[in-house]
Amino acid sequence: MTVTKKEYKKMAQKASPGTTYGKNMLMAFLFGGTICTLGQGILNLYLSWGIDQQAASAFVSVTLIALSAILTALRVYDNLAKYGGAGTLVPITGFANSIVAPAMEFKSEGYVIGIGGKMFVIAGPVLVYGTAASILYGLILWFFHLY
Amino acid sequence: MPAKIGKYTIELQTNPAVVGYAAVVGKKEGEGPYGKYYDQCHNDTTLGESSWERAESRLQNEAVHLALHKAGLQNTDIDCIFAGDLLNQCISSTFGLRSLDIPFLGQYGACSTMAQTLGIASLFVESGAALRAAAVTSSHFCSAERQFRYPLEYGGQRTPTAQWTATAAGSVILGARSQYLSAKIGMQAVTFGRIADFGVKDVNNMGAAMAPAAAQTLIDFFNDTGTAPQDYDLILTGDLGLVGSELLDDLMKQEGKDISPVHNDCGLMIYDREKQDAHAGGSGCGCSAAILCSAILQQMDAGQLHKVLFIGTGALMSPTSSQQGESIPGVAHLVYLKA
Repeated sequence: MTVTKKEYKKMAQKASPGTTYGKNMLMAFLFGGTICTLGQGILNLYLSWGIDQQAASAFVSVTLIALSAILTALRVYDNLAKYGGAGTLVPITGFANSIVAPAMEFKSEGYVIGIGGKMFVIAGPVLVYGTAASILYGLILWFFHLY
Repeated sequence: MPAKIGKYTIELQTNPAVVGYAAVVGKKEGEGPYGKYYDQCHNDTTLGESSWERAESRLQNEAVHLALHKAGLQNTDIDCIFAGDLLNQCISSTFGLRSLDIPFLGQYGACSTMAQTLGIASLFVESGAALRAAAVTSSHFCSAERQFRYPLEYGGQRTPTAQWTATAAGSVILGARSQYLSAKIGMQAVTFGRIADFGVKDVNNMGAAMAPAAAQTLIDFFNDTGTAPQDYDLILTGDLGLVGSELLDDLMKQEGKDISPVHNDCGLMIYDREKQDAHAGGSGCGCSAAILCSAILQQMDAGQLHKVLFIGTGALMSPTSSQQGESIPGVAHLVYLKA
């Protein structure tokens, strides 16, 4: 063939339709915003029940995680995420989905190797680097407090 | 005996006969534009099995049994079976066919496996090593997703260039021409492709990764045989999808061999891309196998198609190679069928 790798790269880029950023961002804003508004609504509800602010905030996280896990188990969450994109991925609900989905998928390999071993296959890197980053920022904060 | 013509093409002088074929598909494929051509459509994608791997094994087993039944043969009549799929160690083939008691040769050519197994089976029959040989392959959306991508229920988005792995299996039974003088469809020639890697790294754009391999094999075949695209009724590629098909047509035009009037792609045929949300089209070993072993061979048998070039296209990466930043090598094998 006469085409070079460099020429082909240009051809492939031209032929490949790109992501529709505008639409994706709008959908992410709407879905993410809805989830956050829902969280705020739940918080207001808990506060109205006389639960203190700190406990109510923690309960909101727990409620949203449970809701996401249930929707994942009912095979609904991935269909929402198809439209919501980053709007369903970034909030805590996305994190819950990323743990429940592999737990369901790898059940066929058993409870230990399957569910236990694969449950954090997607969330694992977030946990590793999230923890590492928090240690790093903690150290920086501690360093600044010295002076 | 097989005779080499040119550098890469092998002519099958006795024209081994296509004596039976069958395609078995899942729900989404059954609802696609070619739904009426398949021998069996399963509305339950688990096929009543406890794992996706078992479901895919069963697809393959059913495809062979149906093809045997249509050919009026039994498993003991087959001298050799060539089979492959996308799963690690080709377990859909080995587990699906273990009860058949036929000498088994596992093949891996990624999504080019239907053309690869059909090509080798033709050579076995042509050379007299087998009186009858079978070629079969399968893929399953759910088993492929869990091996190559994400768990099914994970909330991710697919890119516009991504393709949908077909839940399908196809099987062809070939017989020696001396035994099947009146069989309509015969295998004419085989061109096994060379690996082509043009540096595409995006695993969500496999059509672009495979198009140069398809172009290379087609050019080899045309050069070896001294023929041109217009000499054929249909040039059918495996699963290049929307992006890869456009790139192949462009590459061939640059080489002065315009295939666009006679080119179609199984990945573009198997789904209604817009209505069925298949993005750039279908993919997987079962995609090209199901289209070839249903509509195409049926139309050839009915005299609607005569000279068909079938080019299976495979992307030869693994999740490990992709994670290590390697590009995607492509391969394409061609079989020439005539009715």
